[in-house]
Amino acid sequence: MKIKLRDIAHGRSGDKGDAANIGIIAYDEKGYKLIEDKLTADKVKEHFTGICKGEVERYELPNIKALNFILHNTLGGGGTVSLKHDAQGKTLAAALLRIELEVE
Amino acid sequence: MKDKIRIASGQGFWGDLIDAPYHQVTKGEIDYLVMDYLAEVTMSILQKQKNRNPNLGYARDLPDLMKKILPISTQKGIKVITNGGGVNPVACADAILETALQMDIKKLDIAVVLGDNIIDCLEDIISKGCELNNMETGESIVTYKNKMSSANVYFGAMPIVEALEKGADIVITGRTTDTGLTLAPMIYEFGWDRSNYDLMAAGTIAGHILECGAQSTGGNFLGDWESIENFAEIGFPIAEAYPNGEVIITKHENTGGKVSFDTIAEQLVYEIGDPKDYITPDCVADFASIKLEDLGNDRVKVFNVKGQPETEFYKVSCSYQDGYSAAGNLTYSWPQALTKAKKADRILRKRLKNLALEFDEIRTEFIGYNATHETLAEQIDEDKINEIVLRVSVKSKDRETVNRFGQEIAPLILTGPPSVTGFAGGRPKPKDVIAYWPALIPKNLVKPIVKILELK
Repeated sequence: MKIKLRDIAHGRSGDKGDAANIGIIAYDEKGYKLIEDKLTADKVKEHFTGICKGEVERYELPNIKALNFILHNTLGGGGTVSLKHDAQGKTLAAALLRIELEVE
Repeated sequence: MKDKIRIASGQGFWGDLIDAPYHQVTKGEIDYLVMDYLAEVTMSILQKQKNRNPNLGYARDLPDLMKKILPISTQKGIKVITNGGGVNPVACADAILETALQMDIKKLDIAVVLGDNIIDCLEDIISKGCELNNMETGESIVTYKNKMSSANVYFGAMPIVEALEKGADIVITGRTTDTGLTLAPMIYEFGWDRSNYDLMAAGTIAGHILECGAQSTGGNFLGDWESIENFAEIGFPIAEAYPNGEVIITKHENTGGKVSFDTIAEQLVYEIGDPKDYITPDCVADFASIKLEDLGNDRVKVFNVKGQPETEFYKVSCSYQDGYSAAGNLTYSWPQALTKAKKADRILRKRLKNLALEFDEIRTEFIGYNATHETLAEQIDEDKINEIVLRVSVKSKDRETVNRFGQEIAPLILTGPPSVTGFAGGRPKPKDVIAYWPALIPKNLVKPIVKILELK
């Protein structure tokens, strides 16, 4: 069975130089266990193929049921020099919510 | 010692709701108003303004804003802390004092925090062995130093604490961390021990929650955003701080927006890296340690915050002009809106190629289709698309090349695919591309200076 990340989590994204940060927060503990298990850095990197051109790092904040992803080399050079319409990666959290996670 | 203080955020960025600070001082009780005006690119713009006119280089909204706020803040004893001094805190303070003189204000002490602006001391700093290596590329600043248009050290809370100890009613700083603006009044009011890093981290995290204004009270909230009521009169966040480091985030009653576990959690994860390693001049805060408790009624308790000692460095942010860019838009309507826009893009690129123009980058986006989510955008059925905005942007070291792009995109209206509009604004003009140079500097190479300017 597939679960849409959008149904179990929300989040916010922004810029850190040419890297984007995407924080994803599960709505409940069950959701956090699921994203902790399934929403890996590799999975996020694969999702952003063609957009994220560097490594993806993942950090956990279990107290607030959140994961933080750093997507390196993603914003076309960074906020002030990027030609991107979304030069600061503000809409990338929503883009990650498109992902579907396989659950048993 | 006070048993609690209420610190209100008045601006999330320069350009935020102009009346938000006024509402913070009028719609309920607060002790401090803090306002963050400085983004990375702002310093470079302000430095340019100051180069043209030595009396400029600060957030020019401030004197007018203070004119509205001073009658209330002076009467209630609300202190104002802002980094809106930009590259010229003294001129900013002078302008506010001038405003105060024209009003019936008897006493006003404004402190300025100086010493962060190192644009004129780069040689000196390099000669002392610090080459301000770029944190991203590792390159030394030596070959770039003459290109730099701004260079500022991020100071933390301590210069502001010193200003408050000297009796300041208003503190105007240059480049100060957003978090330091909020931490400073806690250190000052509660007499916090500078080496109690859990407390430093608690105040820092409160600052992080406040620094983007209404982004913690329901603005830009990706959770159940439709449940947010009364966006039109959204309340900005208030940190109710206690001496033990616990902070309750709230907002004034009868304002719009929402303070909940979810709205605070979203702001906590905004623009952070490794959550255990949030480095500021005051401490290294551990975001993974934070606990939140939703108390209901737009009150969320932030507690259990852990911190580590600060590093031996300040962060430095330098900027320099690195070529030019321009972006132009054209709107194509149904039928075949996307096909037309794609064809127009190919025609434009062919013309630019025929002119042998060399760009560092040409970027095409289709707003209404893939401008935000790029390769993740769902395929669309063209019959169901009413319109598409073609956005083409270019970057080049040569200004004339970018200018010529602006001259080539407009003619597509008459020389390309049909049912196109949206060029009323004229040709896109070349804009300066401002590149950013982040670096570290040993703390002993710079010294914050705090001065009090009094009403004469």
